Amino acid sequence: MSACETRVLLSGNHAVAWGARLARPKVLPLYPITPQTPILELLTEFQANGELDAEILTPESEHSVMAACIPASLSGVRVFTATASQGLMLMHEKLHYASGARAPIVMANVNRTIASPWAFWPDQTDSIAQRDTGWLQFYTESAQESLDTVIQAFRIAEQVLLPAMINLDAFYVSHALEPVQVPPQSLVDEYLPPYAPEHFLDPERGESWGNVASQDMYYRHRRDIGAAMDGSIAIAAEADREWQRRTGRGWGLVERYRCEGADLVIVTMGSMCGTARDAVDAMREAGQAVGLLKVRLFRPLPAAELRQALAGVRDVLVLDRNFAPGAGGALNHELRAALYGMEGAPRLHGYLAGVGGVNVSPEKIIEFAGRARAGEPVFEPVWAR
Amino acid sequence: MQKLELRQEDILYSGHAACPGCIDALSVRHVLATLGPDTVAVVPPSCMAIICGPQPFSGLRIPVYQPTLESSAAAASGLRRALDARGRKDTQVVVLAGDGGTYDIGLQCLSSAAERNENIIYFCLDNEGYMNTGAQKSSSTPHHARTGSTPAGKTTRKKNLTEIMAAHEIPYAATATAGFLPDLVRKVQKAKSMRGTRLITLLIPCLDGWGVPEDQGLAIARLAAQTGVFPLYEVEDGWRYTLNDPPKTRPVRDYLQPQRRYRGLSEEAVEELQREVDAGWARLLVRVQSTHAAGQ
Repeated sequence: MSACETRVLLSGNHAVAWGARLARPKVLPLYPITPQTPILELLTEFQANGELDAEILTPESEHSVMAACIPASLSGVRVFTATASQGLMLMHEKLHYASGARAPIVMANVNRTIASPWAFWPDQTDSIAQRDTGWLQFYTESAQESLDTVIQAFRIAEQVLLPAMINLDAFYVSHALEPVQVPPQSLVDEYLPPYAPEHFLDPERGESWGNVASQDMYYRHRRDIGAAMDGSIAIAAEADREWQRRTGRGWGLVERYRCEGADLVIVTMGSMCGTARDAVDAMREAGQAVGLLKVRLFRPLPAAELRQALAGVRDVLVLDRNFAPGAGGALNHELRAALYGMEGAPRLHGYLAGVGGVNVSPEKIIEFAGRARAGEPVFEPVWAR
Repeated sequence: MQKLELRQEDILYSGHAACPGCIDALSVRHVLATLGPDTVAVVPPSCMAIICGPQPFSGLRIPVYQPTLESSAAAASGLRRALDARGRKDTQVVVLAGDGGTYDIGLQCLSSAAERNENIIYFCLDNEGYMNTGAQKSSSTPHHARTGSTPAGKTTRKKNLTEIMAAHEIPYAATATAGFLPDLVRKVQKAKSMRGTRLITLLIPCLDGWGVPEDQGLAIARLAAQTGVFPLYEVEDGWRYTLNDPPKTRPVRDYLQPQRRYRGLSEEAVEELQREVDAGWARLLVRVQSTHAAGQ
């Protein structure tokens, strides 16, 4: 199958735009923001060249972008957009609105520091701050994974009727050029059938959305969103297996890298995984039993997969490139909750590594691993660089 | 007296949740009857959202999408583009928003939609305040009017939405009120026959918020136009002005006196308001005359 793919040199941003193009969205509200802008520019170029048959609108803010995405999606068409950092912050209210409306919008977010002060560096606090908004969240490590995940996300979102966010780190993923396999349109068309929802806004149908709900209706609505979120784990796994069958590339909801017999496992998300792989390789070379557990699907958190992957491991080093003041790193917290009550649960060492975009080299990760293995876990987050 | 020949295809049903005598419901009934059933409405939080009714009921026969308060024009844009993508280019997308959702929190995205000339009709149901939350001031609240947040009277003037939108050079911007129903219906028909961003500011006397008896809403609406407080006019492409009847024939005092929100107004304040209305009317006449001078 993959033989008919085209191999192209693409940045993460351009890979996202290619993924979106191949998914054939019909409405794309877009607003520029560093470091996402190349996604917008390539999509508008595709449209101008007649290669993307879609309505593109460029409102005055990210807030209006998401405001336009929701009823467009509810009108029964496929909708895509992309943002970063402050743009995602500005959308916050509408992110809740989108999941409440069960609108399967797919959005790429380029993870960038949030102000103030102004900065432009890789940091996942922007999307982590949206973890309770009812969006599925993927974190990708490479341009290829970003392209593939955009297409997978549409398939998953449209089955569970929840919006999905693909997060790629600023510059490390968004701007780094890599050879990327671009699948043929026919393959994507077979994998992702046209969006045809049961309900949509249309004068011939008279269905409406948004009217005031009673306590009981609201309660049931939230419960249904929860059930859809829980169900999306199996659907995401199936979508990835099916993609692998067709392209040869599967990414997993979590990925275990050299975890066999490991007494210490590094757990992280996004571009940090690439650095951690090098660190793991070096430590394995030196005879240490160290592995990497990459968390690709963060919402919903695949807790069962995490528990299974970390069973029997003595130490877990969590590297969080995000920071919640007064709480610490989000992945560390989520893991603590996921592993709580587990027989022989591993010792968790939560490190704030790479916050603000500071560089974390493989050597540094090796040093953190040594400290974690030798020391006792502490509740407070450890600032590390 | 002239008999009104109005199309009556009910899209706003009876049994809705409006207050007795509500001019909002009356206005929207005629707006939607004129637009017809091939219409989708965007209704942000406002009196109209309440009038639409709670789930699972709907006071409207057509689909209603309720966005957040500040995002009506952006939501209407997304809806429009999706309908276009589905080949439904003749379906009307209309916004039925209040003045808070338009003059205040929704102005940014409305300006943007107008700049893109999105193919939507935006109705601002202007009752000059946040009436749904119990009558607080908005930027549409007029000078000296008392509201829940301006108990001593508002110290600044009403924002001029129609002029702001006309300055975007959109195909059509107009004022209308149910007090002059044939004029209102004509304007809705005219807007319906055009494409692009169209805006109609509808003055909606709020019985409770303005302190007006239940049977006096239309009388107040008529006085607003007859005193020149709310002139009825149209602006095409940002510069072709047409002044509609009625002409300004009555003193502002006649409009202020029956409304409790203007209670205890000093003589100086009444005179000040008269001067403001006179100046506004004079400016409007200049624009109308310059349209004529340009041969239109």
